[in-house]
Amino acid sequence: MKHDKKLEVTAIENGTVIDHIPAASLFKIIDILRLDKETHRITFGTNMESKRMGTKAIIKINDRYCAPEEINRIALVAPNAVVNIIEDYAVTKKLQVEVPDEIRGFAKCANPKCITNHEQMGTAFKVVRGVDGRGEPSLKCCYCEKVTYLDQLQIIK
Amino acid sequence: MTDKSLISITDFSREEILRIMELAAEFERDSSQQTLQGKIVASLFFEPSTRTRLSFESAANRLGASVIGFSEPGNTSVTKGESFHDTIMTVANYSDIIVMRTNLEGAPRYASEISRVPIVNAGDGANQHPTQTLLDLYSILKTQNRLDGISIMLVGDLKYGRTVHSLIQALAEFGARFTLVAPRELELPQEYKDFLHERGLTFVETTEIGQEIGNVDIVYMTRVQRERFSDTMEYERVKNVYVLRNEMLAGTRPNLRILHPLPRVNEIAVDVDSNPKAYYFEQTENGVYVRMAIMSYLLGLK
Ligand SMILES: [Zn+2]
Repeated sequence: MKHDKKLEVTAIENGTVIDHIPAASLFKIIDILRLDKETHRITFGTNMESKRMGTKAIIKINDRYCAPEEINRIALVAPNAVVNIIEDYAVTKKLQVEVPDEIRGFAKCANPKCITNHEQMGTAFKVVRGVDGRGEPSLKCCYCEKVTYLDQLQIIK
Repeated sequence: MTDKSLISITDFSREEILRIMELAAEFERDSSQQTLQGKIVASLFFEPSTRTRLSFESAANRLGASVIGFSEPGNTSVTKGESFHDTIMTVANYSDIIVMRTNLEGAPRYASEISRVPIVNAGDGANQHPTQTLLDLYSILKTQNRLDGISIMLVGDLKYGRTVHSLIQALAEFGARFTLVAPRELELPQEYKDFLHERGLTFVETTEIGQEIGNVDIVYMTRVQRERFSDTMEYERVKNVYVLRNEMLAGTRPNLRILHPLPRVNEIAVDVDSNPKAYYFEQTENGVYVRMAIMSYLLGLK
């Protein structure tokens, strides 16, 4: 494991480092992973230089490992994010996030007339990718059948 | 033989659609079969719709069932702040099947997840109205003797009209050819055009009824509502373009029939009513047989 001399955020001993987050998506990811409710030590960096992305954000969570389904939730807003599992200061696993086929529980349906916005219940979406299966993913509500586009995406707190 | 719900027209396979058609024809031949004798149908109209409610209640009564419920939420537990969840759980204990209409989109789907009895969606806002679609299909089948390869012209509000969207989805299963007639502001949403493209189905888009009416088996009229237009000048300009008049039916195919989900306002001139090609009132009658078929099928009694 080679350390970047210019690393702007201190290294952690054990835990999870989420890298290559678009700077604009940082606060959405904090909501999605409910990091504001965490008691573990967490370090955020944003507007950091990135050769690939211009600017990026990074999240380091001490002593906590995220489950893959938890990690994949962030793929919607950070499709190129890389999740590094750190053990004893070394990266032991690098995971590329994948957009799941289904999303449950954390995204809000953008349709104000949707039952999920009027009743205490969970939300559920199928991830669709437009006409030909390419293109940006969006969320089709399993209840009202309307599509929530990523730029409308709100996270349920 | 099933115990499922009908929430969205896409919940039914081609085979199931055909089975409903068969059963509706059976009930039309003999409408006094007491298939639901001793059963209780709950009819929950969180949003009033007299026409749809009467059609369902007539169907339930013809089947020998008893009907409980409400025709509007006024003065029920719903207005006293009870959650939708609790209303459904309670009513499911009192009945064998629940028919529901609401303006909350997706509510019937949620009900089907928590209810122990089948749910029939009688319309949820702008989303789905599958029993209307099935009665439209039955009307097409009855007048054309087939569902495969129908040439259909859909006229009016193709953007917001949920009956149009569901009918397109259902007829796509049977390889229809579509002529879409709408003002630019109310044209069919892209997702449904994509849907047709994906299935390799051809469709023609135009802003006027024109000569194409001579090449179709079915004309499906819908209401063009003033409130759908951001520009009222535009509404004034187009409102008369989407009116069907008797003289426009000269030279059309002998098997042509005119359908309309009703209520109509002025989009079909009254002089069409006496034309044998007008079918919208018979279409309403077909609704009762189709709803008898749907309830019997969902309860596994047919
Ligand atoms: Zn929804």
